[in-house]
Formats: sequence, structure tokens, C-alpha cells
Amino acid sequence: MITATSMTFIIALYIFMLAAFTGYVVISRVPSILHTPLMSGSNFIHGIVVVGALDALFNATSISGQIIGFIGVFLGAGNVMGGYVVTDRMLAMFRPSQKPAPAKKEQQ
Amino acid sequence: MFIEYIVGLSGLIAAGLFIYGLKAMSSPVTAVSGIVTAGYGMIFVIAATFLNLFNVTEAAKPHLLVNLVLAILALVLGCAWAGWRGRTVQMTAMPQMVAIFNGMGGGSAACLAAVELLSDDPTSPLHLTITVLGALIGCISLTGSIIAWAKLDGRMKKPVRFGGQRIFNAGVFLIALVLGALTVMQYATPMRELPRDLFFLAALLFGVCMTLPIGGADMPVVISLYNAFTGLAVGLEGYVMNNPALMIAGMVVGSAGTLLTVLMAKAMNRSLTNVLFSNFGDSTSSAKGPQGEMHSVDPADAATTMRYASSVIIIPGYGLAVAQAQQKLYEFVKILVADGVDVKFAIHPVAGRMPGHMNVLLAEAGVPYDMIYDMDDINDSFATTDVALVIGANDVVNPEALTDKSSPIYGMPILNAYKAHQVFVIKRGTGVGYSGVQNPLFFQKNCTMVFGDAQAVLSKMVEAVKSLGGS
Repeated sequence: MITATSMTFIIALYIFMLAAFTGYVVISRVPSILHTPLMSGSNFIHGIVVVGALDALFNATSISGQIIGFIGVFLGAGNVMGGYVVTDRMLAMFRPSQKPAPAKKEQQ
Repeated sequence: MFIEYIVGLSGLIAAGLFIYGLKAMSSPVTAVSGIVTAGYGMIFVIAATFLNLFNVTEAAKPHLLVNLVLAILALVLGCAWAGWRGRTVQMTAMPQMVAIFNGMGGGSAACLAAVELLSDDPTSPLHLTITVLGALIGCISLTGSIIAWAKLDGRMKKPVRFGGQRIFNAGVFLIALVLGALTVMQYATPMRELPRDLFFLAALLFGVCMTLPIGGADMPVVISLYNAFTGLAVGLEGYVMNNPALMIAGMVVGSAGTLLTVLMAKAMNRSLTNVLFSNFGDSTSSAKGPQGEMHSVDPADAATTMRYASSVIIIPGYGLAVAQAQQKLYEFVKILVADGVDVKFAIHPVAGRMPGHMNVLLAEAGVPYDMIYDMDDINDSFATTDVALVIGANDVVNPEALTDKSSPIYGMPILNAYKAHQVFVIKRGTGVGYSGVQNPLFFQKNCTMVFGDAQAVLSKMVEAVKSLGGS
């Protein structure tokens, strides 16, 4: 018989499997020129950990919990902001040439 | 009850936006909109999380005001510091910056787990095991990323290696695992604090030990691996916090990061175990190297040859970035293009310090991305190309990788620059490449060296082609 607790765990495994597959599919079609921005972009996305850190800090009941929670939110916020700024700066540089390459002229 | 739905749905929307953004980031045309989309998702979910203030446990209610102030303070400080660092950092230093921000994410996941392990709420062993597992991975990612940063930033020059290191590292890892198991088992007893604290110390220590022996050349692979680690840690802590958005975002990054790591290792012809457990570059003492004479020419002559060539392929390497000569190079290229020379850039998958790093550096100098070609797309063109110009690259054009089975880089895919009618190599001296192998290309008849700092050489080349005037 499946209890509510074990069901939650099994649903979690389903989520993990589908998410892992999604990540694999999304990355596998990326041209290598975008690998570094993409690593940075995925770095930004796991910054969502700040949300978990915020929840943990909201529910902290002791001084040590508050200190560790504070550090956690600080680190997570740095991950989010840093990841975004760096990715944005890198991606802003990708632009196509204004005009098509000039036709080759006769050389000498 | 109502709040739970709002917060839960905001996470769902954010997770959707993340995946959509990541997908958009996989094409240069839509890439900028991709990160913006993901950014909206992040702002949205962080804002919605503050609604959880109305939903805290009874025990936490008296501390609510202090916790709120601390949360806002931490958010502002973290964003301000990282925003400032991210805006001001040099593009060449980008890989180590990514390492630091990634380490912060791992640290955040570890802190989250620590707060959970501090609380007195009764939980199941399964729940605790996952908390501890996430903490372990997060800690490794934190200290490992810091060491990676120090190595890339030149603060730690030599890999630290000693006899029996592998056994020592395995020992540290085992101790961390045992302490983690003790943390789970003793959670309900008064004796729980000691194993828990020691567990965190051992996990942090293992991150350091694991990264110390790995050479600087392999750091990009390692950073990518730790990026995947952080994703995994975030996903596991998402389960602990009952937050599906964290689970999805974390696991997407975990798998995407793992794939990226494998692709990077493959491009360097190194398996992941090879990167992590072998000591690259130790076999260099036996390198005999090809003998012969290098020919050299002064920059003006080389520039003139290129000016009157019909096609030129440029192969930039990390030496170009170190000399900060990308701008000068593009200035030179613009003159050539204006005079009707067909100029292309050929990028080896591991040019620079990360896959795509060289593309970023060229993009920063204003080089349009449709002039830039991947190795697979351009390798057949070398045979019909007049001039291949190699700047600050070495191992990636070493034909020995194709022919000499005894070479440490045998099997690594290379750019076939040696097939071009004429090869110019801008190089500071006669030294060997990162792998410690001599390059027979430099002794080939069709290869000519242009010795000097890339910045200085390119300046002379620009002057030379300018003095020739337009066509």
C-alpha cells in the first residue's frame, strides 16, 4: 500500500527524472559558441536556492539558525545576481555583422 | 492555505520560465531574451516567497521581525556585492567569476541544509538522508569552486600533489559519509551535534582535497562539474523544503551541467575520471620533440602576405586573450576584409579557458559571430586556404595529435591548420604548449613564426597593411 509520505517521495523521483531529461534535451542542441554563457546561465538558474534559504531563515528559531540562514540567503542572492549580470554581459556581445560579408574582389 | 497555492503556483511559473529561458539561450539569436525571461521568473518567485512570512511555524513567530530584517539585509548585501563584482570583472577573468558565483550557490544549499538539521522538528530518516546528501554535495561544490577560482586567478600556481593522495582523499570522503550517516542516526538523540558539525567540516575539507591535485588546464571541466553538483544539491534541498520549483530548476541544471561537463572533457580528449584522478602533464619529461629549424619573419612581411591573400583563417588561442589583443586583431581583420580578403575565425572547442570562452572574448572585441566557425565546420576548408594565422594557440593545432600514438595529446581533435598553403604563428617564444609537448607544425616548411607579444605584433601588422593603402 502506498502511504502519503512514500507517494510524495515517489512523485519527487518522477519530477527529478523529467527535469533531468529536460536539462539533457535543452543542452544537447546548443552550439559550442554558447557553452560558456550557458554554463553561466544555468549557474544563474540554480540560484533559485535563495528561495529555499529565505524559507529556512523565515522559520529560524535560534541564533545559530539565524546566522547560518543569513549566510545562506547572502550566498544565494550573490549566486542569483552574479549569475544574471555575468550571463547578460556575455550574451549582450553576441550580434551578427551589420551587413553580409563583402563579395570577394579580384586580387591584383 | 490560500498563500500556499500562490507561492506554489509562482514556483511553477518560474520553473516554466527557467526552462523556456534556457531553451532560448541555446541560440545566439534569442539568447539575450532567454536570460531576461529567466530573470523575470526569478524576481517573481523571490517576491512570492515573502508571502511565506504569513505562514511560518508557531515556534518561529516571535522571531519573525528579526528574521525578516536579516533576510532583506542578506538579499541586498548579496545582490550588491555580486552585482558590483559581475559588472566590473574583466572578460578574461569570467571563468573564475562563474566559479565563485557557483560556489556561493553550493554554499547556500549547504546553509539551507544546516538550518534544517538545526531544527527540532521530528522528521523521517529518508528526509534526513536527503538533507545530508544535499549538504555534502553543496559543501564540496563550495570549497571546490573556491579552489578552482584561486587556480584560475593565478593565486595558486602549482597543483598540490603528494604520495598517497588518492587514498587520503578517499579516506576523507569515507569519513564524511560515515559522519553523515551518524548525523542521520543520532538526529533524535542529544548527542547529535558533534557528528553533524564534524560532518560539515569533513565535507568542506573533501571539496578542497578533491580539487587541489587537478591542474589549471582542467579547471573549466571542474567548474562545469561543480555547476552540476550545485544544481543537484539545490534539487535535493528542494525535496527537503517541499519546493518543486527548486527540485525542477536544480535537477535541470544538474543534468545539463553533467552533459556539458562530458562534452567539454570529450573535446579535450580526456575522460572525466582522467580529469579528476590523473595528474596531467607529469609525463612531459620524456618528451623528446621533433627537431629542426623554425623559420621566422617580421610582422610587416607576414601582414603583407595576408593582405594579398584571397583567404585567411585565424586561429585564436588563450595567448591572444592574455595579451589583451582581441581589439587589435579585429582592427587588423577589418582592414583585410575591406580589402576583399575572405577572413574567418576558427575556434577549437577548448580555445580559451572554457568552451565558448574565446567566442565571448572575440564578441567583446566586436567580431560578428557569423565570421566565427566551429572546428567541425571549418576543418575541411584549410586545404583550400591561403593563410592560416595562429595566435597564441599551440596544442590545438599540433598535428602530432593525429599521427603520433605515443604523444600525450594523441586523439585530441585539432584544427587542420597544417594543411593551409602558408601558416603564420604569432608566439612569444619557442616554448611548448600547455600539455608540455613540442609542436612539429612549427618546423614544417609551410610554417613561419612571427615572434613577439600578440599585442605588439598585431599593432605592427595593422601599421603595415595601412601603409599599403586601400585597394
